[in-house]
Amino acid sequence: MSLRSPLGKVLGAGSAKQGVHHWWTQRLTSVALVPLSMWFVVSLLALPGFAHATLVAWMTQSWTALLLILLVLTAAWHSQLGVRVVVEDYVHGAGLRTVVLAGSLFVHTLLAAAAVLAVLRVALGVAP
Amino acid sequence: MPTRPLSPHLSVYKFKYTLATSILNRFTGLALSLGFLLLVYWLLSVAGGARAQARAATLLSLPVMKLAYAGFIAAFCYHLVAGIRHLIWDTGRGLERAQAQRSAWLVVVLSIALTLLIGYGAWLAAARIP
Repeated sequence: MSLRSPLGKVLGAGSAKQGVHHWWTQRLTSVALVPLSMWFVVSLLALPGFAHATLVAWMTQSWTALLLILLVLTAAWHSQLGVRVVVEDYVHGAGLRTVVLAGSLFVHTLLAAAAVLAVLRVALGVAP
Repeated sequence: MPTRPLSPHLSVYKFKYTLATSILNRFTGLALSLGFLLLVYWLLSVAGGARAQARAATLLSLPVMKLAYAGFIAAFCYHLVAGIRHLIWDTGRGLERAQAQRSAWLVVVLSIALTLLIGYGAWLAAARIP
């Protein structure tokens, strides 16, 4: 039997005062993704072909490079937030859950950074 | 592991189509996370030069990938339409039961229509690949 009072057990274990931050960021990224993803789908389908030269010519346009970078950053962020909720719901056990959440964050960050670097390399003409 | 009840208590809900629209939104979101992985791979292949991109294109144009693209298009359309429904809910509108049941059908109809539209565009685009 514990001698700690019910109040003592919950003190310090409560709200981190950022309860709506995840929710709000998910909404903001989803609002941004509506035009960004529709632009991506339409411009992808409007491409004259998918050969390397065509893709480079497309990605060298500054608007394409800018919007692609915004798309991959926003999509990575939104995906990370979404995967996080699913993991929190279905992966039980604090240890495993922490590992999976950290892994998801690392992978999403890696993907976002790699994608931005790829777009920049093509857009700046330093790709082989 | 805590002994208190943990969310979500999926088993306590009676199955309704409005529940299916919610589950499908999460499921398509996860599918699109995989699609994002593919998008990054494709961007990296373009940055890797003509030969790297040609190698990736061989992989990306396999018949099984065409099936995957059909799935990603459907998942994208559903997640987009259902996501907009969620954003409307966030303003406090359309939360009554009858309204939510109507908008569930609207989401299904609109996402199928959008899938067919984008699918047709993708079919035309694929025809331009030599």
